[in-house]
Formats: sequence, C-alpha cells, structure tokens
Amino acid sequence: MTQQISLKKLTLLALPLLVASPWMPQWMLFMVTIAMANGLVGLGLMLFLRAGLVSFGQALYFCVGAYTTGLISHFFKFNEVLILLLLSALASGVLAFALGFLLAKYRAIFFGLLSLAFSMILYGLLAKSEALGSTDGFNIPAVTLLGWLPPSDLVRVSILWVAFITVGICLIFINGLIRSPRGLLLTAIRDNEIRTEYMGGSARKTIHLIYVIAGVLAGLGGAIAAIAVGHIDPTMAFWTTSGEFIFITILGGIGSVLAPFLGALVFGVIHTLAFSNSPNTWQLLIGSTLIFVILLLPDGLWSLTSKFKRVK
Amino acid sequence: MSNPTLLKVSGVNKTFGAVTAASDINVSVLKGECIGLIGTNGAGKTTFVNLVTGYLKPDTGVILYEGNDITSLPSREITRLGICRSFQIPQLYNTLTALENIEVSYGIVSLSAHKESLFTKTESMIPGYGKNIRQLAEESLERFGLTAYRDKLTRVLPGGVRKLLDIAMAMAVKPKILMLDEPTSGVSTEEKFDIMQMVMKAIRKDGTTVLFVEHDMEIVSQHAERVLAFYDGEIIADDVPEVALNDAKVLKYIVGDKHSSSVPTGKQHA
Repeated sequence: MTQQISLKKLTLLALPLLVASPWMPQWMLFMVTIAMANGLVGLGLMLFLRAGLVSFGQALYFCVGAYTTGLISHFFKFNEVLILLLLSALASGVLAFALGFLLAKYRAIFFGLLSLAFSMILYGLLAKSEALGSTDGFNIPAVTLLGWLPPSDLVRVSILWVAFITVGICLIFINGLIRSPRGLLLTAIRDNEIRTEYMGGSARKTIHLIYVIAGVLAGLGGAIAAIAVGHIDPTMAFWTTSGEFIFITILGGIGSVLAPFLGALVFGVIHTLAFSNSPNTWQLLIGSTLIFVILLLPDGLWSLTSKFKRVK
Repeated sequence: MSNPTLLKVSGVNKTFGAVTAASDINVSVLKGECIGLIGTNGAGKTTFVNLVTGYLKPDTGVILYEGNDITSLPSREITRLGICRSFQIPQLYNTLTALENIEVSYGIVSLSAHKESLFTKTESMIPGYGKNIRQLAEESLERFGLTAYRDKLTRVLPGGVRKLLDIAMAMAVKPKILMLDEPTSGVSTEEKFDIMQMVMKAIRKDGTTVLFVEHDMEIVSQHAERVLAFYDGEIIADDVPEVALNDAKVLKYIVGDKHSSSVPTGKQHA
C-alpha cells in the first residue's frame, strides 16, 4: 500500500534543498526544477495507475500548460509567475474536464490510445501554426515573482523555489486525496469495477475527477518547465514526451506521492549523464534503465525505501 | 396490519436469443420477508436477481421499488435506493485486505452521504451511521465473524470467508432488500449451515428483506418464509416452504421425486 507522508516529513525533505539552492550550480538548479515539473505530471499518472489506467497522452496537458504561460507572457506581456501558473492549471483543467466526459468511458488500451490521439492532434495543430512559431515554437520572456524581477544569477533559484512551493501544495492535496475514501476507491476500481458499481460507487465520475486533477497537475508542470526553459515548442505534446512521463512514473513507482519526484530526479540524472557522454545513443541507456527497473524493481525505485526499512 | 409491498415485479420477460431466461415474471415482495429462490441451473433465478438489481434490463415488464419505477435505472442507482446483492462467485477487491474491502464499501457510503465532496475524509463520521469508516468496518468484521482475517489479502482467503466478506460488503449500504446469490455454493457441507445461520442472524437483525438463491432444500426450509420456484424462466410455485417444496411441479422439476422424502413438510428449525 501507499506510504503516507506527513507535512513534517515533507518539510524535512524540502528544507535542505531550499537552503542549499543558492549554492547549487546552475545546471543542477535547472535539472531539479525540470524534475519537479516532470514529477507533477508523474503524480497525475500515479493516480491513473492506481485506478488501473495508463494515459499515453499526458503531454497534451503539459503542452497546454506551457503554451498558456507562453501565450500570455509573450503576447499579452503579463509575466507574474503565480498568475501564469494558475491560468495554466485552469486551462489544462478546463480542457481535461471537457475531454474527461469521453475519456472516462474508456478503459485499458482504449483509454491510453484515445489520450494519445488527443495529444497528437494538439501537436499537429501547433506544428502547423506559423503564428505560434510552428515546429520551432517561441521564447518566453523572464517572469516576475510578486512584482519582483529576479537578477539573472537568481532566476534559476527563484524558479526552483516557485516549483518547490507548487509541488508542496500539490503533494499535500494528493496525499490527502489518496488517504480519503476516494483514494481507496481508485484501487477498488482497478480491482473490480463491477463490484464498485454494485456498491453504489461511480467509476466513471471517479475517473473523470482524477482525469481533471491529473490534467491540472500536468498543466502546472508544463508551465514550470516553460518558465525554466524559457522556450516552448510543439514537441511538448509529442508522444515521446508522454512516454517520458510514463517512464518517470514507472521508475519511481506508485508507493508514495513522493515516488514520481524520485523517478523524475533519477530520470533527470540519467538523461543528463547519458546525453553528455553519448549524445547519439543516449536513448539506449534510458531504455536499458527501464528494462532494469521492470525486471528487478517492478514496484519502482520507491520500493527500495521499504526494503531498507525491513533490513533495519 | 399487513406489511407494505417493497418490490413489485410485473410481467417481466427476458430472452437471450432462443433462450427464455424470464417469462412473464410477476412477484410482489413484502417488507421484512425472507424468500428462498429455488430452481435448477438455468431456471432463471440469477436472471431474476440481475433484472431486479439492474445488471440486466427486461425486454418487457415493469419493476417497481417502493412504488417507483426502477426498470431502466443502472445498478449503481438501484443500490443507492436500497437494493443490494451478493454474488455467487464473491466479487472482492483482491489486492486489498478484508478490512480494506469493507472500508471501500463504507467509503462509497461516506462519499455519497457527503455529496461526493472532494474533501471527504476517512475519519469523518458518516451521517446516519454515527461512526467513521474504520469503526464501521471493524464492527462489520466482528458481526460476520471475520476479525481473524482482518489484515489478510482477500485473494488468499478460503471460500466460506470470501462469501461472508462479500455479504458483509453488501450490508454496508444498509439495504432494505438484500439479494444473496447462492450464499453457500462452493462452501463445504460442514460449513454451510453455520455460515447461513451467521449470515441470517447478522442481516435479519436490521429487519432487512432477504431474497436468497439456494440449492439446498434443507437450508431453504430452515430460513425461508416463502419460496419462489423457477423452471425454464417461469415461476412455477410461490408459497410457504411447506407447500412450495411439496408442489407436484417443484418435486418433478427441481427437488426430484426420489429426494422428496427429504423435503420437510413443516418448519423444523427456528
């Protein structure tokens, strides 16, 4: 079952990173920020996995979040990061709510492929849209934090802090959700949907709800990634991006709400190392890691924490 | 004063291709009754349960519950109105423990009672129950004699225990009508009388109306106040057990003449 995290444990984990952040090298700040953004998408995918579903198209909401931030800051010259995050979450949530009426009817491979189809439609639209930079995308101007424009040496630190706070709020919310009767209902739907309906529970409504929540989380992740990178392009909606999110979720496991963030961090490290050492064959290392995890740690890296506890 | 009619099934028909699963079924169930449904395999007992609980929709006919038409409602809505069922093959959540299985049931009740609120907590008192999910689940385990299996995954539980758990889960919604589909099938001969005794004690305490599908005529005569005998999709007898189980058609098609000597002519047990 899922390990529960307390607010205290969460603070203890985040505080050293926050304190150390001003002394971290720029590449590390960037890597951790991107890992936080990817972890948010993984957190939503974790909810799906708990209900026995896999979405191959979560990049759709990641991209919608990123483009919402990009469009508002680029075209409307509005750069307040907190508002940008809120609007990105809202845009992704509204789209997920609308598509959720259809998606929540489907299960197994149909759910996965339908979600993939929608993300690829968005990719196609953006790639053909010259006003939005077509396949090249466009740059995003620097953002302000409560009206303060951080100096260039503090940009990455301030974005990391924003990412941390966003992740913290999402973690507390999702942790509460998983502990609630609805969290248990997700496992029940995965195990036996017919019985759940016979108990008066609505699988469709529950899946629709987590679809919206996962959409909002992915939208927030996309906005953070867009701000951190300073550039967006249609590959954010491409199926390989969705694949990376699934990779991150499987790598971390579903044993805790922290697991997708562990998965995202490890993915970030592997990706960085593989890309710098072997730029032409870095996918080989990523693929090998996935095989290794599936064969040796089917419950993901997070399962190591319980193994360590048992050894102690 | 006679009990009010809780369920009224009128002129219900259901066919699957050339097979008639229900043919002009007309039944009224009174509040507080305990009815045994008997019949050979394929006679239409489970189809009747499936029709009432909304899993199947009749080709023709009407099903009224407390005077309201429930014929076209989904099973989820019918459960919420107060008709719940258990299954011939227990339908459990196999990756969860016995306690968690019952917690899911009370969790659904809690969500419904809290208007599906996103912030419904496991610790919240369930309106109308006065206790939280954990307390109710523990009580339910005790009531059905399942406390020893509390933390065991349901996939490793023995058949009789799975049956009890399946029924305990159905009881979480406080049904007005509980339909038990072969509660003792797959349970050893030694166990089944005790299991049925425990089930009936646990569910009849609340005055729940019970309809149970059963093949063992001794169990039927012990627990049923009324018997509905099914044959070829039709109800061929509807009476008190002493009469229904000695009906000529029932003896011929269901009980079997050679076994008729074992059929009781009066209630032998309380």
